[in-house]
Amino acid sequence: CVCACVCVCACACESGLCGTSAPETVVPSSVPQPKDDFQEELVIRPLHSGDIYASFQFRTLWDTDFMRENKVSHYRLFPKSLGQVISKFSVRELHISFTQGYWRTMQWGQPFIPSPPGAELWVWFQDSVTDVDATWKELTNVLSGIFCASLNFIDSTNTVQPSASFKPLGIGNVTDHSFLRYATLPREIVCTENLTPWKKLLPCGSKAGLAVLLKSEKLFHSSFHSQAVHIRSVCQDWQCKTTSWELRQTVNSVFDLHNSGQAKREWSLFKMFSRTLTEACPLASSSKLYIDITDNPQVSTSLLSQAVVLGDRRTFSVYDLTQETTFGSVRSLNLLIRWKSNEGEMLRPLLHAERYVAGYGLQTGEIHTLMYNNHPYRSFPVLLLDSVPWYLRLYIHTLSVTSKGKDNKPSYIHYEPSKDRVKPHLLEMLIQLPPNSVTEVTVQFERALLKWTEYPPDPNHGFYVGSSVISSLVPSTVAMDTNSTRERPLFSSFFPCKEESSYFVRIYTEPLLVNLPTPDFSMPYNVICLTCTVVAVGYGSLYNLLTRSFQIEEPNPGLAKRIANVIRKMRGVPPL
Amino acid sequence: CALHVICCNAGQFFSSGHTNNWAVLVCTSRFWFNYRHVANTLSVYRSVKRLGIPDSHIVLMLADDMACNHRNPKPATVFSHKNMELNVYGDDVEVDYRGYEVTVENFLRVLTGRLPPSTPRSKRLLSDDRSNILIYLTGHGGNGFLKFQDSEEISNVELADAFEQMWQKRRYNELLFIIDTCQGASMYERFYSPNIMALASSQVGEDSLSHQPDLAIGVHLMDRYTFYMLEFLEDIHPASKTNMNDLFKVCPKSQCVSTPGHRTDLFLRDPGSVLITDFFGSVRKVELTMDAINLTDPIKQMEENPVNGEEQKEVYSYADQLPVSEIIHQKPKQKDWHPPDGFILGLWTLILLVFFKTYGIKHLKHIF
Repeated sequence: CVCACVCVCACACESGLCGTSAPETVVPSSVPQPKDDFQEELVIRPLHSGDIYASFQFRTLWDTDFMRENKVSHYRLFPKSLGQVISKFSVRELHISFTQGYWRTMQWGQPFIPSPPGAELWVWFQDSVTDVDATWKELTNVLSGIFCASLNFIDSTNTVQPSASFKPLGIGNVTDHSFLRYATLPREIVCTENLTPWKKLLPCGSKAGLAVLLKSEKLFHSSFHSQAVHIRSVCQDWQCKTTSWELRQTVNSVFDLHNSGQAKREWSLFKMFSRTLTEACPLASSSKLYIDITDNPQVSTSLLSQAVVLGDRRTFSVYDLTQETTFGSVRSLNLLIRWKSNEGEMLRPLLHAERYVAGYGLQTGEIHTLMYNNHPYRSFPVLLLDSVPWYLRLYIHTLSVTSKGKDNKPSYIHYEPSKDRVKPHLLEMLIQLPPNSVTEVTVQFERALLKWTEYPPDPNHGFYVGSSVISSLVPSTVAMDTNSTRERPLFSSFFPCKEESSYFVRIYTEPLLVNLPTPDFSMPYNVICLTCTVVAVGYGSLYNLLTRSFQIEEPNPGLAKRIANVIRKMRGVPPL
Repeated sequence: CALHVICCNAGQFFSSGHTNNWAVLVCTSRFWFNYRHVANTLSVYRSVKRLGIPDSHIVLMLADDMACNHRNPKPATVFSHKNMELNVYGDDVEVDYRGYEVTVENFLRVLTGRLPPSTPRSKRLLSDDRSNILIYLTGHGGNGFLKFQDSEEISNVELADAFEQMWQKRRYNELLFIIDTCQGASMYERFYSPNIMALASSQVGEDSLSHQPDLAIGVHLMDRYTFYMLEFLEDIHPASKTNMNDLFKVCPKSQCVSTPGHRTDLFLRDPGSVLITDFFGSVRKVELTMDAINLTDPIKQMEENPVNGEEQKEVYSYADQLPVSEIIHQKPKQKDWHPPDGFILGLWTLILLVFFKTYGIKHLKHIF
């Protein structure tokens, strides 16, 4: 994997070897260096089930133009490997995430940054790209080298081009969906080898700031771990006349109460990460730690702040790591969070989804997707995106959408049929969910028989079908903040907010694991053995019968008779 | 006098003829009960990295993921000693080929350099004719073959041909081949290219055995040969002068139960003069100079052009995430039923005309 080199100019002067004047810097271009800015943030939110949710966000902003003629050559806080990827492949937006585990919405609420199990990659290319598919293939190969993941398995059989979902999250007026590509690899494993290059993209690496807490032995011993990289263009200021590039690196982890918490409702930074914080990253302009204390209001810290996030107003206790006083005299910060009692209702998530395979046998089956609208009186639209691999042949004429037992006709359906070994099914529907209801989407399918070389080395594990994506504008109980002038904490400014009464949310369902009819791979060997044996025995016997001549042979006389014959020979008498 | 010393040292520095080091470490087994093969490969990776070869010069291929496997009671760790003494996975590992990517085809492509053009650098073996390469293979094997991922095999003839291709393309200076499988010596029997030294953990007809199980993890942690080789390598540091003859003595029959073998007839130098760090480490040759070099004058900062005065009139905005009405109007509504057009009408007229021509006009009254 490629190391990201961060050039921080430092002059080491010892024993007068340096000259008396400071070394002059060489500025090759005539434009002043664009400004870049780095912020880091950690939000810790205790969940109702006793688990604890930690969300890291590292944001680098850079006012540069990757698309101009002169190549960008001086990188400071922005990692060079990603900058080169953006300029070489004319990327407008890039979102990649690696997740281990499944986010349980009903027990944990909504995540700040949603992600499906496995690896997910979606990219918007610039209008100047002529061959999007070839560029996409090269981009996945380069990213597989940067992140040490097998993203090179992304090809036309698992890439789709959504027609209405995945609108750009950054600045953009043109939304021609032919420049969008989306792919997921539900089988992709996340481990330390993915975290290592991810950490190297940060300006301070994992040496200072909040990233010292990212230790793999604790992070991967969790119920849910997701690391992502999001690159997009954002407004520089409230007038929005100029844009800058934003790189967000996020880590979301949920630590299990019983696994690592020893079943006590008491969490500390040391227990979660086996480290404490000692300093902020020196290159960061802001480094903050937020603890969600909405459910435990009597906290004796000084600094409180409120933020509206995911349709709810939450209170946070804020620790500013750039201040020396935060660390106290021991120069280290370790927070202890203890539950007082078990009471309090969790805000029920308004939108929730499940998916499962029904049916029996290895011939046919049915995919059921259930979407729950838990709002008591408001209905809202959801956009469901399903990408099913070609080896599950969907019978689209059996597609049915029912809410509360009655048929619910989607206002928009887009279906692209699959082609064997070329492309997958794509099904997108815009469905209005009635209030307080369950909407069920069912479609029947038939399992295909693959060619014997197409099976993976462990075919009896099963084959994965990627998660469905449900995008929706959910009504909010609290007025959302559409004002983009104020400095908002990073966790509340990921999805752009256009209206006050609703907020955008994206949910992923479970991936499915289906068994395809698998041949017995030992059969060729068995058949060869059996055939050869039969041929050998049959031909051998026939050959013997045809070519062997038979003659009668006297049986050997017994010992007594032989002695008697010898005596008779001696006597001259004929033998017995 | 001092100059003479420097001359001799310089001669010693450049005796082995290589300028860079590469390592290709492959584990070919899948499934949880083959934990020990991954631990073998990772312990060699750890030694090689500790002795100086950087990640960009190591191609690590692991056929299955043991560290983050759901059966692993301590995630993100792979242990080599029981009682969890040594975590060979570490915090800084970079795996280049993992899971289903570890196939015979990919392995041979990495060795011969015939990769598709879009392959990233970390997945390529960019060696030249001055590179010393260490190749380590482990897994399940037999007489003349090595099993990849329980579904395919590589034979010793294929491997020998791949090395010959590497020699013809001048992709290595010297090659050290180590294999830890059952009947491993059969894999190096067929080599015919020069400058290859080979070690194997067992002879033909013998099995390589595993070392010790860990009761908490539930599987065998390492193979014997690699376990004792790791112990041997832990004593090596970048400046040590241990040579290959010591490596040949690692794991005698009393410890290994199988007889390790080695082959040096294709190697030009005497094994006693080959340092361990020639293959396992990346020792940079440093040339000392006492000459003074004049630096050029420092470059002055160029004049800044005045910033473009014209304001951007265009105001940008974020895209709407779920524009419901726009989405609905993307698909035009289905048109209502229209009467059939001219072609259908003409066809029906033709049919009627033919009918009446054949059977006479008197049937017309039955129609109208």
